[in-house]
Amino acid sequence: MKVDRRSFLGLGLGAVAGFSVSPVLLKLTDDSSIWTQNWPWTPVPLDGEVMYESSVCSLCPGSCGISVRKIDDRPVKIEGLNEYPINDGGACLHGISGLQYLYDPSRVKTPLKKNGDKFEEISWEEAVSLVSGKLADIRNAGTPEKLACISDKHQGSVSRLFKRLLKSFGSPNFYTMPSLESYLELTAASLHGKGTTIGFDLENSDYILSFGAGIIEGWGSPVACFKANASRKERGATLCQIEPRLSNTAANADRWVPVKPGTEADLALGMCAVILKNNLFNAAAVAGFKGGFNKLTALLQTDYSLSKISEITGIKEADIEDIATQFAKAKMPVAVFGKGRGDSSQSLKELVAVQTLNCLVGNINKEGGAFVQPVKEYLEFPEETMDDIADKGFAQPKLSPYVHDLFDKVNASSQPVVEALFVYQSNPCYSLHDTKAVKQAFGKIPFVVSFSSFLDETAKEADIILPVHTFIERLEDIPSGAGLSKMVVGLSKPVVKPVFNTKHPGDIVFLIAKAIDGSVAQSFEWETFDECLEMAAGNIWGDLSENGYVILSEGVPKAPHEIDVTFLSKAPDSVQPNGDGDLLLIPIDNMRLPSAAQAASPFAVKTISDEELKGKETVVEINPQTAKGLKNYDRVTLTTPLGTAKVMIHLSEGIMPGLVGMAKGLGHSFDNKYVSNKGVNINELIGPVIESGSGLDAAFGIKTKISKA
Amino acid sequence: MNKENIKAHKFGMVIDLDKCTGCGSCMVSCMSENNVPFKEDESNKKDSITWMRVYKLSNGKSFPDTEIAYLPRPCQHCGGKRDHGHSPCVSVCPATATDYGYDTGIVSQIYTRCFGCRYCMGACPYHARYFNWWDPKWPEGMEKYLSPDVSPRMRGVVEKCSFCYHRYQAAKDKAYYDGREDIEENEYQTACATACPAGAIVFGDLNNPAHRVHEIVKPDPHPAPNNPNVVGKSRNPNVFRLLERLGTNPKVYYLSEREWVRKAGDHYLDGEWDKIKNHHGSESHG
Repeated sequence: MKVDRRSFLGLGLGAVAGFSVSPVLLKLTDDSSIWTQNWPWTPVPLDGEVMYESSVCSLCPGSCGISVRKIDDRPVKIEGLNEYPINDGGACLHGISGLQYLYDPSRVKTPLKKNGDKFEEISWEEAVSLVSGKLADIRNAGTPEKLACISDKHQGSVSRLFKRLLKSFGSPNFYTMPSLESYLELTAASLHGKGTTIGFDLENSDYILSFGAGIIEGWGSPVACFKANASRKERGATLCQIEPRLSNTAANADRWVPVKPGTEADLALGMCAVILKNNLFNAAAVAGFKGGFNKLTALLQTDYSLSKISEITGIKEADIEDIATQFAKAKMPVAVFGKGRGDSSQSLKELVAVQTLNCLVGNINKEGGAFVQPVKEYLEFPEETMDDIADKGFAQPKLSPYVHDLFDKVNASSQPVVEALFVYQSNPCYSLHDTKAVKQAFGKIPFVVSFSSFLDETAKEADIILPVHTFIERLEDIPSGAGLSKMVVGLSKPVVKPVFNTKHPGDIVFLIAKAIDGSVAQSFEWETFDECLEMAAGNIWGDLSENGYVILSEGVPKAPHEIDVTFLSKAPDSVQPNGDGDLLLIPIDNMRLPSAAQAASPFAVKTISDEELKGKETVVEINPQTAKGLKNYDRVTLTTPLGTAKVMIHLSEGIMPGLVGMAKGLGHSFDNKYVSNKGVNINELIGPVIESGSGLDAAFGIKTKISKA
Repeated sequence: MNKENIKAHKFGMVIDLDKCTGCGSCMVSCMSENNVPFKEDESNKKDSITWMRVYKLSNGKSFPDTEIAYLPRPCQHCGGKRDHGHSPCVSVCPATATDYGYDTGIVSQIYTRCFGCRYCMGACPYHARYFNWWDPKWPEGMEKYLSPDVSPRMRGVVEKCSFCYHRYQAAKDKAYYDGREDIEENEYQTACATACPAGAIVFGDLNNPAHRVHEIVKPDPHPAPNNPNVVGKSRNPNVFRLLERLGTNPKVYYLSEREWVRKAGDHYLDGEWDKIKNHHGSESHG
């Protein structure tokens, strides 16, 4: 067949026509679009039977009930547990993200030993024998008190077991990190006697006077506080927020009163003076005051006049008088303390001054007021077996009252005052002020053992890491503290098999104790932690294991209380910030960014505003008046006596001129790219300021200079 | 199926902005429920996938008169003009990857149909839609927490809030199994509504007068007199919708006693707000 030009074109056209009516084109497009979407690494989650298991979250002191949705044995979602006495179905973002901690890239997967700058993997047997060998050496040298331990709290079985280990070993040096619970107990100890604590009946109060307490910033038990705050409108309750910055709590409050930072104690005492002067106090309640009430009254009259307090705090005289009057005249008023989350540095003067307001209006142990009652101890352990070394060591005085001056002592001494340190459920190398000094102290302690699930800043400084189960992998009693009006203990249960080669912290304590022999081993006769908890919980174990919680106290406490104003009548000084800059750097607590032991999850980091974190840089908040021509996202250098930081700025009308607000909880430095190496850790820039009279680190900020980078 | 015989739902929500604390629980509950991925840097909010995003509003006044409020923004599940189901995104999708459910009022998104043209993102006035510029990647082991109820998305497709449609399906399945014709109010709740610790998000059927969302919103069954495109306007003076006058007819309503917050729900010319502020926060009742 001859192919001429005509038939060639005809064939060509025919082929084009045939190709376009055939489904090939469509099929190829379709196939290629399906192919582009069939990436084999896009996971296909396995289906299975749906189950719900209830447990208790222990990521923060809030202690909410949680319901874990599982597909076969895979937990896929954490939600709030309905009808749980603290949160009744609500959940915070950190609890919901709980499963991300389980598979966190920075988890310690097996025991580690430091070798030079690096960690090497070791077996549990080797790890326990290294720790117990070192402890035996310390004991044989006759200095058991040189073993110290830092935990997040002193309540709860695991902390009690660490304390027990120390006591039977012969050391009184058990420390807890600062927390709202510790401040509640300190305040109660000063005013109402040792062994008591304070809870606030926020859900019933009709006038909440908050001295910077971040009621919706994560203060106390966050979900319970959100609920109490949300019901304000229906109850007709007023929230008056006293704070230098328009926090979310201030924005949500009925009244926001900006106060110069660090003058809250003076303001509270000024309000006390107004209440006394205008006869607005509860005479019956005041009649029972001990410890120099007349002296305090005289002091308030001379040193806390309205005009003077107005000048100190920057609040108009009329406003101070008005708020004090509204507070005193309310039916169920309550004054709340603990700036921000309430877990960072606080001044005892401020805490006690605010609680004195409650005492003056007579709302202690009244509905909607402040509940004062003994700390409930629901666990009972048998007496420790003590040998001579234990008795002698335990009788030694504690090295220091608080954890921050423990590190000062370590740094100040040329001899090791602490030979070995245990760190459990806390991250002092990140969350205490002046982290550089804390890390230096860690370097001077010959033997540091970290009981952490994550290779966090403190674990990195340790010699041995004994990895513990995360909160959803273990059985534990979780006492609620956190300033709630009720006391509840919940039971956290293992909802998933341990993902890595980790152990229960209680079981690790047993292994160590048994390897030391003598009185230490004799004090730990249990085989497993489960058995120990069941024994210690005694008659509440039945309810605890069956219902998942036990309410230890609820409603208005009937316990008698005393009020002793000795501390205030000695006219303690207010704390002044360090440094010499013209601006004041203050920390900002934010619900979306945890700042203590637990770092944020990838989900939580995703929710952080770009007004706080941009790329890898911290964004600080400053008033346009202070910014002097700087624009949003301009880069500046902050200089404090402790160091410098390059940050970006965000102009905000919600912060008092003269202040620089920086989010807390950024600047982590461990191996999780979704969370770490983002921004600056504010604790590297702020140093402690010790309050005279209490010994607390009461730094509320630090003077800073700002210069364009 | 005979449409007349089915009692159509119209699922929607009302969010109390006076209760909202901006805590972020709804955002995270949504991410965890719907297998939303995360990446190393999420501070560029334009490419950060957040089906539920909480915006910060300010009254714009200077210190100390400044005020802030938070506004959670899921997909608004628009009914489109006159509530006929022609949502802005549905109207432009060339692949029928997004569709309007006449039985639920929910705007769906079918990832395997989507080929990533992103017309819907341009059409959406609420920035509720997000594009997967990258493949999702979970750190080693973390894909174990993924839920089988929602398929993880791949690079190149658009995704958005589905009002947790899989929860509706599960509730319907259960009702069918129990031999019931319909589901109860509490059987179908979105992940954001159940998580909200402040109880600010109320979810339910806007067609059912017994549901709380209906009680609060009191939707007007008649079209707005001056703007017949607007249907279902709230008869509660404190309730408003975002950009209501566009006639997109969102099924997400907002509640606030603060006037400046209600005003933030739309753009107004100078002086315009004062003329219409008593007409439920929009000009449509002129």
